[in-house]
Amino acid sequence: MWGSNARETHPIFFHHVLKAVRNGAKLYVIDPRRTSTADWAHGWLSLEVGSDVSLANGVAHVILKEQLQHEQFIERATEGFDEFKAVIDRYDLARVSADTHVDGELIAQMARDYAKADRAMICWTLGITEHHNAVDNVLALINLSLLTGHVGRWGSGLNPLRGQNNVQGGGDMGALPHKLVGFQDVEDDEIRGRFEKAWGCKIPAKNGWHLTEMFEAMHRGDLTALFVLGENPAQSEADSTHALKCLEGLEHLIVQDIVMTKTAEMAHVVLPASASWCESEGTVTNSERRVQRVRRALKPPGKARDDIEILCDLAHRLGFDMQTGTPEGLWNELRTLSPMHAGMSYARLEALGGIQWPCPDEKSAGSPFLHGRLWENPVRGMKASFNAAEQVGPVDKLDADFPLRLTTGRRLESFNTGVQSGAFAWPQKRGETLDLSPDDAKKLKVADGERVRIVSRRGTVEAPVRFDDDLKPGLAFMTFHFPDDVDTNLLTIDATDPRSGTAEFKAAAIRVERIRQ
Amino acid sequence: MKHDVKRDVTVTIDGKPVTVKEGATLLDACKSHGVDTPTLCWAENLTPVNACRVCVVELEGARVLAPACSRKAEAGMVVKTDSPRVRLSRKLVLELLGSSVDMSLSSAFADYSKRYAAEPARFGKKLAPSAAGVRESAHPGHHTVLDGTRAETVAQPTKVDNELFVRDYDKCMLCYKCVEACGTDAQNTFAIAVAGRGFDARIATEHEATLPDSACVFCGNCVGVCPTGALMFKVEHDLRKSGEWDEKKQTETDTICPYCGVGCVLTLRVQDNAIVRVTSPSDSTVTGGHLCVKGRFGFTFVEENRRADRGGSD
Repeated sequence: MWGSNARETHPIFFHHVLKAVRNGAKLYVIDPRRTSTADWAHGWLSLEVGSDVSLANGVAHVILKEQLQHEQFIERATEGFDEFKAVIDRYDLARVSADTHVDGELIAQMARDYAKADRAMICWTLGITEHHNAVDNVLALINLSLLTGHVGRWGSGLNPLRGQNNVQGGGDMGALPHKLVGFQDVEDDEIRGRFEKAWGCKIPAKNGWHLTEMFEAMHRGDLTALFVLGENPAQSEADSTHALKCLEGLEHLIVQDIVMTKTAEMAHVVLPASASWCESEGTVTNSERRVQRVRRALKPPGKARDDIEILCDLAHRLGFDMQTGTPEGLWNELRTLSPMHAGMSYARLEALGGIQWPCPDEKSAGSPFLHGRLWENPVRGMKASFNAAEQVGPVDKLDADFPLRLTTGRRLESFNTGVQSGAFAWPQKRGETLDLSPDDAKKLKVADGERVRIVSRRGTVEAPVRFDDDLKPGLAFMTFHFPDDVDTNLLTIDATDPRSGTAEFKAAAIRVERIRQ
Repeated sequence: MKHDVKRDVTVTIDGKPVTVKEGATLLDACKSHGVDTPTLCWAENLTPVNACRVCVVELEGARVLAPACSRKAEAGMVVKTDSPRVRLSRKLVLELLGSSVDMSLSSAFADYSKRYAAEPARFGKKLAPSAAGVRESAHPGHHTVLDGTRAETVAQPTKVDNELFVRDYDKCMLCYKCVEACGTDAQNTFAIAVAGRGFDARIATEHEATLPDSACVFCGNCVGVCPTGALMFKVEHDLRKSGEWDEKKQTETDTICPYCGVGCVLTLRVQDNAIVRVTSPSDSTVTGGHLCVKGRFGFTFVEENRRADRGGSD
């Protein structure tokens, strides 16, 4: 588990992990914090925030030095190994230990266990992806799976755990600036032509902007109207001062949501929507690519309407007759355009308890894992590339003015900006805190529970201190679950990875000031 | 895909040969053969603990009755599921439970009691409920032997210490399901265990702490597996108390949890357009019937008074 506190953020997934651990699987947790996930690990690697590439390269270094790589797989199914090796040669354990502050023997032990395992999996979440070099982090992990052949086989692989119930499904359905349904390229004329024919309309031939690019365009004044569906960017974006300024500068903001979020409060028009998971019919896709049915259990209140109805009405007002149809009818239309969904009728989804894509026809039971082709001899299609990554630390540097490393994350009972999770009566509610190691707190002369000022290069917030033995000195932790009380994202930095567009929520430089009475 | 290859095992159940896969229990064998075996402490998503003894069967050549839920089928076993000895034993188990525990919310218990003509009242009238805290402080040897006209019970006041679920141990038959779900079978939190011995045995948190002060993380998996209503969602508890709980007005719909990317199947029980209970099917490959606090209890944000068209902009 790399950069994932699944015990709290994906609890039912972690039930499966614990079952495996009880069956003899070895668990390593790579996390700066001693999380409740790390509590279950055979090895906890408490790396410095943002030193993931170095650590992964160090693991590769050990594997190569001890000849534990899967030669046959590398030879047959991969390319770019020599260039990769040339980089890895420079990541010996002395250097990696210096970068990561993790004991070299522990790194070597994890490398050996990973490489020698019959089946091994790397799971990660935002600890990997919420960095300015997120894509490098992911590539560094992919390299490890290619080096050992732990990919494309039952029980082995790479598993990025999805954070929301349909973030995978959103991508599947083409809610990406460069893809149509089923991850088909917008800029491919033939593919686009197929969609244009089916839909009876012209589709813009160029890739659009992703979220970060949209904010940049708002900043430049190139994007003047924004339609937000079920998202709360006024509170979820890094460096929220900047995000709010961008949103405030819009000529027109429409928000379609089930509740009045902070973003909805800023909107010119709010379209009250039904709650997709319990007030409408459809499908969602989970982290294991399993498409499952959501069903209507409740009647939406008041003027709230189904998302599909709203969108079709909007299309109508814009002069295009988009037939509403039934959710099942729309789904069947999608199955004709997206080969990976073709075999997933509602009846089969029901009968099989969900189906994992790709599922090309009605005889297919779906695909429990991907990339099995890498084990065919000869390999069908493209070989998998090694992409060596180099260690680059966080953008927001520590110095005498900002000496503490703030990392952000989530807690078991809460979810993102608290729009959903803030409503129920969690009995142990404690609100937002600045979690500090007792050593740092002592140095700062602050008491447990004392309200302090937290300052970054971008903003200032106040919050009570909570002593946390699971943090090492120099590391502080906050969530952004209670942005109405403590807007943690005033502190975070919107240094984004140019390829993924994700901001470096995991690494800000802060100082803590006592509030004089 | 990993394939488990298993041998066939043939046993004789009530005179007929039944073949099951190696590793199957006698309960599995009975089911595949169409023999309806009573169970109370067994659940398909938990490890059998043999606590209730209501599933016992007679094995030829064995001195004692065997719990069908956990005993593995072995080649050549001769099993009787409806012998006088089995019937008597099952009847006694049901009577002991019925005399000491409030089993009124278990329809299975009512069915079995009828089938085996159980008469819990023959042990005498139930003693009055003990005051709060009395059962928690009882010690071995501190019991008065009753005169045979009255029956000792576990009756006691309901523990209400949070807004998510209540503990009504008047209805607790000590089936261990909650302990298992909180422990190695699912949640691995170990907030509860069986404390005490003999009739004083009870489900307890560490040092009898209230749930909010205990190790409990409020996943509600204990509530999900409780067969008697001893553990109950607060919403349901309140509706029952006010007489508004009405199963005829209720529907159950399967959907997917609105939180993280695991995609847990939720069964929403709805009354009067409001969610009154959230569970998960035990045969779901994603959940195995278990949920976390957000999936189980975090649904209130869809309530009408919180929605966007209330007090929002036009």
